[in-house]
Amino acid sequence: MAVLTVGVAIQRNLFSVVVLSGIYSFLMATVLVALDAVDVAMTEASVGAGVSTVLLLGALYLCGGEEAKPLHRPWPPLLIALVIVGALVYGTLGLPAFSDPQAPIHVVVAPRYLQQALQETGVPNVVTAVLASYRGFDTLGEVTVVFTAGAGVIALLRRRRRREPPGEAR
Amino acid sequence: MKGFLILRIIAKLLIPYILIFALYVQFHGDFGPGGGFQAGVIAAAAIMLYGLVFGLPSARRLVPDAVVETMVGLGVLIYAGVGVAGLLLGGNYLDYFVLHRDPVAGQLRGIFWVEVGVAVTVNGVMLKIFYMFAGRRRRDRPS
Repeated sequence: MAVLTVGVAIQRNLFSVVVLSGIYSFLMATVLVALDAVDVAMTEASVGAGVSTVLLLGALYLCGGEEAKPLHRPWPPLLIALVIVGALVYGTLGLPAFSDPQAPIHVVVAPRYLQQALQETGVPNVVTAVLASYRGFDTLGEVTVVFTAGAGVIALLRRRRRREPPGEAR
Repeated sequence: MKGFLILRIIAKLLIPYILIFALYVQFHGDFGPGGGFQAGVIAAAAIMLYGLVFGLPSARRLVPDAVVETMVGLGVLIYAGVGVAGLLLGGNYLDYFVLHRDPVAGQLRGIFWVEVGVAVTVNGVMLKIFYMFAGRRRRDRPS
């Protein structure tokens, strides 16, 4: 995956960038399967590797396949990125160790979900139970976000199309 | 891409199975992995494949824009409607226990309709974005 990331950064041909990011998404999905997060893996494979690749290819068709030459020196952005990476790595040092059973996330509500979800909701898949029932408000907000995104895309692209015919006539 | 015989036949073979898999993920999401979001995306992917292979106009004929735009809003309304139904039956907003005499069956029913709402909205939005992007033409080369 690191090789793919470097490839995406170096490649100037946007078509291969899109293909590489699709491969990256599939690898990410397999990593998530290895972590036993099958629901997330499914989403990553279908959205990341499938739908967004198609959408990126559509965008590529509209705007051409070569990346423009960078206009300014890459060093200040690189410096900012390195500082942020350093801060994030420093932050992860404070997290509990990977799969530590005593981590706070595993001792507060997770046991209750795992033990009670089947009796309380009758749904064996705890992920679905948490998403749709215990965290119903969050999921409602999530659906509203998706709806808003769709409405925003409709609003942006449709107005452009209406304005175009007079521009062509001129 | 209408001329490619192999692509057309493979797509025709695959699309029914993709749609059935979407339905499976939707209705089996209580027991296995998956749920509304994944099902909506997979169903949208099937129709995108159809649109890619057979051309956007035939995909638009299959699932017209009006249907897609209705779906975008309808899913949120279904989700919010489950909440209002719980409110009307005497519970809190998004309380599923009151949807059936048996609280567990009420939970199942609530989760089912909520997942349907998620799937409908996600499917609608994905398809709408696809239509929007694929329907635009390049300015320099109107084809």
